[in-house]
Amino acid sequence: MAKNPEHRDLFPGALEVMILQSLRLKPMHGYALVKHIKQVSDNLLQVEEGSLYPALQRMLREGWLESEAGTSAKGRPTRIYRLTDAGVRHLEQEVVSFEKMFAGITRVLDVAKA
Amino acid sequence: MQGLKSLFGRRRRYDDLSVSIQEHIEERAEELIDEGMTRKDAERTARREFGNVTLVRERSREVWQWSALESILGDIKLVFRRLRRSPGFAFTVLLTLAIGIGANTTVFSVVNGVLLKPLPYPDSDRLVALWLNAPGAAGLSNFISGLHLSPSMYFTFAGQNRTFQSLGVWGLGTANVTGLARPEEVHTGLISDGVLEALDVPPALGRWLTQADQDPHGAKAVMLSYGYWQQRFGGDRSVIGRSIQVDAEPREIAGVMPKRFRLVDKDFDLLVPLAFDRDHLKLAGFGFNGVARLKPGVTLAQANADVTRLIGVWMDSWTNGPGTNPHFYETWKITPNFRLLKQQVIGSVGSVLWVVMATVGLVMLIACTNVANLLLVRADARQQELSIRAALGAGRARIARELLIESASLGILGGVLAVGAAYAGLRLLVAIGPADLPRLSEISLDARSLGFTLALSVFSGLLFGSIPAWRYARTRACAVIPGAGRTASASRERHRSRNLLVIAQVAMALVLLVSALLMIRTFAALRNVEPGFADAPHLQTMRITIPESLVRDPQMVTRIQNDIADKLATIPGVSSVGFAAAVPMEGIDPNWDEIRIEGKDYGGGDPPLRLFNSVSPGYFKAAGTRLLAGRDLTWTDIYGLRPVVMVSENFARDSWGSASAAVGKRVRQFSSMPWVEVIGVVEDVRHNGVDEEAPAIVYWPAMQTNPYTSQPTIEAARSVAFAIRSARAGNESFLTEVQQAVWSVNANLPLASVETMQDVYGASLARTSFTLVMLAIAGSMALLLGILGIYGVISYGVSQRTREIGIRLALGAQKSELKWMFVRSALLLTAVGVAIGVGTAAAVMQLMKSLLFGISPLDPFTYITVPLVLAAAAAVASYLPARRAAAVNPVEALRAE
Repeated sequence: MAKNPEHRDLFPGALEVMILQSLRLKPMHGYALVKHIKQVSDNLLQVEEGSLYPALQRMLREGWLESEAGTSAKGRPTRIYRLTDAGVRHLEQEVVSFEKMFAGITRVLDVAKA
Repeated sequence: MQGLKSLFGRRRRYDDLSVSIQEHIEERAEELIDEGMTRKDAERTARREFGNVTLVRERSREVWQWSALESILGDIKLVFRRLRRSPGFAFTVLLTLAIGIGANTTVFSVVNGVLLKPLPYPDSDRLVALWLNAPGAAGLSNFISGLHLSPSMYFTFAGQNRTFQSLGVWGLGTANVTGLARPEEVHTGLISDGVLEALDVPPALGRWLTQADQDPHGAKAVMLSYGYWQQRFGGDRSVIGRSIQVDAEPREIAGVMPKRFRLVDKDFDLLVPLAFDRDHLKLAGFGFNGVARLKPGVTLAQANADVTRLIGVWMDSWTNGPGTNPHFYETWKITPNFRLLKQQVIGSVGSVLWVVMATVGLVMLIACTNVANLLLVRADARQQELSIRAALGAGRARIARELLIESASLGILGGVLAVGAAYAGLRLLVAIGPADLPRLSEISLDARSLGFTLALSVFSGLLFGSIPAWRYARTRACAVIPGAGRTASASRERHRSRNLLVIAQVAMALVLLVSALLMIRTFAALRNVEPGFADAPHLQTMRITIPESLVRDPQMVTRIQNDIADKLATIPGVSSVGFAAAVPMEGIDPNWDEIRIEGKDYGGGDPPLRLFNSVSPGYFKAAGTRLLAGRDLTWTDIYGLRPVVMVSENFARDSWGSASAAVGKRVRQFSSMPWVEVIGVVEDVRHNGVDEEAPAIVYWPAMQTNPYTSQPTIEAARSVAFAIRSARAGNESFLTEVQQAVWSVNANLPLASVETMQDVYGASLARTSFTLVMLAIAGSMALLLGILGIYGVISYGVSQRTREIGIRLALGAQKSELKWMFVRSALLLTAVGVAIGVGTAAAVMQLMKSLLFGISPLDPFTYITVPLVLAAAAAVASYLPARRAAAVNPVEALRAE
């Protein structure tokens, strides 16, 4: 479903970590989240809207996020997503396991290169 | 908790989501406008970039749902909506299912209550009936009851076995209870010690009969049934210890058995101890049923082996009197063949019930094929919708699921209605069921029956739904595109599934009709049997017993019976009266013993045992049993104790070649006794029922010299059935007059088993007529459903082929040829169905053989008639739509394009 073949789909769990990490900085609404991730990753990562909204709902269900009424940058009514304590804990766990995984992948790739 | 909360918060979540998405798109559009796009372009681009809003929304919402369940609920909602739109279809299908499933539930409840449920005793799988085989004792032992136990056997078995926890013998009798209200005859259960212990049901009140009560010289005790206690004592709890007169003997009430307790499967009013006198027992006296409870873990085979050993012990321990050989019974080859009590209680009714169950099951299958046909037609109408959905990406599974949900919902709805139908059907079935159906009182619509209904509903729903589901789930986008359906005739494949259904239907209907017709022919054959009595509706029978405690002198007994007969004869409308120890089909064999024919050499062995009956003068005339040779008994013969006897025709023919040759010949029981002369021969009587061979019978005078005592004494039949020939038989006022006539002779005599011979005769045919009624109902339902099926298929074919018919007509086809074309296709289907059905029926009828009488399971008449009937029905069912086809106006048919 990728609209742009240059962008790969994120692997399972990655999108959630991106969202959690972004929301840890400050509560945001949906569109702001997409823009934020795109900017921070220097356009390397693009969040699909088709994945974003179901993912937000899943995370609301798990209790990692809360949503509240708010307004967008342009002053229109929208819903702002905020990280909960449970969300913070989950994020920290995930970050640790991601770092381990990246370290592992990097080493394997280095060996292959050498 | 989580689930519940999410359910309530869902509406808010959905709103939040919509707001978020809406804002997302608008914000993006504004950004694009800032970059220089026109508003219109920006909005379109933003929307396109976002993707399928509905899909995103749906995926997001699914997070909050039990998605599979909710989409199924959605499907079900849709089913109901569609059913409401077509009430005719819904009504037809639900009615068919309600009747079909209801009939199955009804019969299953009976099968469950009678065959499947355990007997109502604790650990009833350890209860056994002590069944003895004795192939060497013709007459005394048969396939219906085996050889009964003698009291001496009971003492040996009960005292020395190693395999039973408790063991006892029992029998049934009647007793006169006096001193309560008017004298009445009650049903008694006669029990030895060990019977109540084996059945192990505690008393509702008081105590069991104990070993002490079995002392023939001790205090006399009795137990009451719950019903008798309620009826005679109003459930008074102070009856314990009170005394009642049973057969003119005072007995103390020891206890009351609980409601619904039955002695094995017999109802009783009183339980009376048998109280055998151990000091006066012989080997003989084979008259009791045995029941026992196995020790835990003991098998039937072990019990059989145990008692096989004890039969030798029994012959060693007892005697039949001085000069007799106790090991004589070795020639009887007595072997135990114990069976579970339940098996004994159910008896032969199992085969009937399974036949009925199979029958209604078959009707259900036919009903299912009809419903499947209707669903196919409906699915046809939805062909376009389904193919569009397939084109839009609905998976096969999704479409199949929807079709199956539709049919399963129909099945379950039908099942719910069926429970109501079953409730009514059960009452009907119990009402028309054979009177001798065992465990009738235990039949109910219990959890197991309801579970069966549910399973059957779902299963039949999936069964008839699977055909359209399988057919249409394969529909791919390319198959039919709007408009294509109109130009072609229905596809060959679609026709094929309907044709197969019709063939199956015809075949199943044929099997049912063949079995129904065979039962009708069996019934007719039974009706044609000469039962040995005439004009049963006008023959009143009743039993009167004169116990020794009431009248001691045997001659006096016969005098009283004679007086009663004379009094009865004076009642207006009575043409003749007589009495006998047993009337036909009453289930009573007065005696069996040896009879020796003068001049015949038995080669050192014993003559075969013969059925003995005792009769009064005029009995044969009253019963309508024809006298074939010689003369009837007279009162002079009786009171004069003349050495005379009468015999049945088959006995006369076996012994002397013909009925007339028998008159004047002589017979005797034992070599020590004087010869008696055969004075008359009467026609054969079907003593054991219409479908049983007429036994050879020796008719002794109602009063005679007792053959069993060493000193000559007189013996009279104390329990006799009166036969009264009258056009008023069965009439209430007539019965009152009969009762008064009896009481004018002796006011202490109760009347029992007051029935017309027609009732007795009808009961003997009950099993056959029950099976017949069930099969006839099932057969006609099958025929009707079959006709509907054929009509539906041909009719639908006609409506689908209107255009083709129009073209044919326009090209000059004859109307008669067109009609024939449709009738022919119906007949072809019927012929294939008949061919399959005949083969199946021939195989199935072998299983039903035991229910048939006087007719072959391959009866040619049946196998020719039924296919002809089916063919005729098919012709009519297809002619009606065919006529419609011929009436098609070609111009209109083609203009419809």
